[in-house]
Amino acid sequence: MDFSYSEEQQMLQQSVSKFISQDYDWDSRQAISKSATGFSAENWQLFAELGWLTIPFKEDDGGFGGSAVDLIVTMQEFGKGLLVEPFLANTILAGTIISEAGSSEQKAALLAPLMEGSLQLAFAYAEPQSRYHLANVQCSAVINGDEIVLNGHKSVVLNGAAAEKILVSVRTSGESCDREGISLIWVDASAPGVRRECYASVDGQRAADIWFDNVALPASNLLGNAGEAIDVIEMTIDKAALAVCAEAVGAMEMSLMKTVEYSKIRKQFKVTLSTFQALQHRMANMFIELAQAKSILLMAAMEMDRLGGRAPKALSAAKSRIGKAARLVGEESIQIHGGIAVTDELDVGHYFKRLTAIQFSFGSTDHHTARFAAS
Amino acid sequence: MNIDFSTEELAFQQEVSAFLAAELPGDIRDKAANGIELTKDDFVTWQKILAKKGWVATNWPVEFGGTGWTPAQKYIFDNECAKFGAPEVMAFGLKMVAPIIYTYGNEEQKQRFLPDILASNVWWCQGYSEPNAGSDLASLKTTAVREGDEYVVNGTKTWTTLGQHADWIFCLVRTGAADVKNQNAISFLLINMKTPGINISPIYLLDGSPEVNEVHFDNVRVPAENLIGEEGKGWTYAKVLLTHERTNIAGVAKSKKRLQDLKEKAAQTSDGLSGANSMLSDNAAWQQKIAELEIELLALEYTELKTLADVSTGQAPGPESSILKIKGTEIQQAIDVLNVELAGYYSLPFVRDQFLEGFDGVAIGPDQAAGSAPTYFNNRKATIYGGSNEIQTNIICKAVLGL
Repeated sequence: MDFSYSEEQQMLQQSVSKFISQDYDWDSRQAISKSATGFSAENWQLFAELGWLTIPFKEDDGGFGGSAVDLIVTMQEFGKGLLVEPFLANTILAGTIISEAGSSEQKAALLAPLMEGSLQLAFAYAEPQSRYHLANVQCSAVINGDEIVLNGHKSVVLNGAAAEKILVSVRTSGESCDREGISLIWVDASAPGVRRECYASVDGQRAADIWFDNVALPASNLLGNAGEAIDVIEMTIDKAALAVCAEAVGAMEMSLMKTVEYSKIRKQFKVTLSTFQALQHRMANMFIELAQAKSILLMAAMEMDRLGGRAPKALSAAKSRIGKAARLVGEESIQIHGGIAVTDELDVGHYFKRLTAIQFSFGSTDHHTARFAAS
Repeated sequence: MNIDFSTEELAFQQEVSAFLAAELPGDIRDKAANGIELTKDDFVTWQKILAKKGWVATNWPVEFGGTGWTPAQKYIFDNECAKFGAPEVMAFGLKMVAPIIYTYGNEEQKQRFLPDILASNVWWCQGYSEPNAGSDLASLKTTAVREGDEYVVNGTKTWTTLGQHADWIFCLVRTGAADVKNQNAISFLLINMKTPGINISPIYLLDGSPEVNEVHFDNVRVPAENLIGEEGKGWTYAKVLLTHERTNIAGVAKSKKRLQDLKEKAAQTSDGLSGANSMLSDNAAWQQKIAELEIELLALEYTELKTLADVSTGQAPGPESSILKIKGTEIQQAIDVLNVELAGYYSLPFVRDQFLEGFDGVAIGPDQAAGSAPTYFNNRKATIYGGSNEIQTNIICKAVLGL
């Protein structure tokens, strides 16, 4: 049992932390978020040069190592800066799918350029009726000899706008909620029959709803064995869930810090807000929530590493607890600041927005509480 | 960073488990399992067994007879003890006054007191709170006036847990002049309970037990050599002790065991809906409450492990230890309530003798249902003692957030 970061992890943390604090100030972040693409291509190249785009991957795949602890070290720092670059959608979600399900040819074609920063991908798994149930797949792919024909609708695909290629979970056999019969394929975003509605999300990121209308693909676009994809999909979504848990911890830390600092300068009734015990205790409560969130994040990451990448019960415990903390810290930060935090101008409201989006991504708080209870 | 136990730690776990299986007296184990109150002899017997093995002083430095265990070993030991239902070691001597003595006491005091604490030859109790000094502990009024080689002590201490068994009491007393600021007038004094002028009277709690006492001091003459450290520094010493007390107070291992028991019992308790096949454990509202509590406890377990790891690398438990006290006691009380909920109607019967050694009447209701409400009532103390949870919150505000 060891609670310390390795030397490599400390260096990683310092490197990401330095970027966020020196090169990712609030005005820059807002400008990037409001730009045409919603992220900075320049930053993305920098991440590639710094090796950050290899973090979630095994050394065999040319990655940094792929440990869950590495991932949370990185994501906590990204969370502090409310990073909008598609590290989560492109690197973690799409990258993990290829790393886990792809052949060596597919890894060479998709994962290598992804790690070099020259390819934008997205993973389309959710559907309007599926909510958080990953086996609820109606998007269909008919495999006929050398050809696949794809039909269906995928909802809220993160990085769906920028993606040049889209990885899609599809049903190749069985009924809508069967665990068997789900497959993974990749499709060119520009292929005939692919239609995208692109939009910004509430947290300043980008996503898309995507429709596939008789999209014809070569059978070689199948990743892994037909009908056996559910385990890889669940593992990938759990990894993304861990990543946003860490991101939430970073965001909560900043939100609390900003709230405490503001309470020490804002005066009402001729004294600073920090002198009111009603507010002091609310901030202490936020601190306790954050501490519990940090602890359970470490638990989940260590369990994932111990169990070879899959620890659904531990992950659900973390997502449930951190979701609860995120709700409280986000809302209390607004309340203690007062009206100023409801304005678009102040960053605190944007931490609240991201913390909210995280609560409803990759399984909501209630979803994970129930999954924990059932496992 | 990793969560794995080493081969040595796994072997240690086996060793602890084998030791408990062989050495924990069956009658003590049965009492604990059946909610029977342990007697003084039960505690002393068990502590002497632990002492003989060298495992009683888990938080002491090795040089004084401590185990020198790593955080992982302490964690393993606590969890195994909880699994076996072994009594918790009485904290007053081993975990509360001993650290003060070996940290701030002089050589003579260490020689005089520590061996008897280690061997459980002497039962200690705590003299902090007073009828008018609860959360505002520094306003305590018990005085110790120096006369030659003695202090003359006058005043009243209260909430003295199991003080009826005690041979010695460690007290916070006022030695400074009335105009000295509260904290700088307080000293730490050890007093033999057999000294003339001490009177002790029981206080009955909501569960009917005389668990705590009032201790009255009427011109009690205490040798000046029983003062720990310097006059006026008692508050500083006590604060350090309190942070130790707070890390001990979380009770994670015990809560894990109680929650596990609760889940097992709920799986055998009908929810009354459709005969024998519908159990309380199938109820969605019950499941959600249990799941949330388990998750909270899991988070606290890691908060505690991290704190222990910090302590083992030489850092004193900081103000963050207040989190352990707040969350630990909240979880204990949440389990208390769920036990009452589990018992349903059978939470109502109150046959006090049922919880005492030698009861031969008819036990009403299923196992442990009878103790559920009295435990719930009694344990409302948990968020009040050791510095109330509101005081802990103040500590976080001041010492961590700088408010």
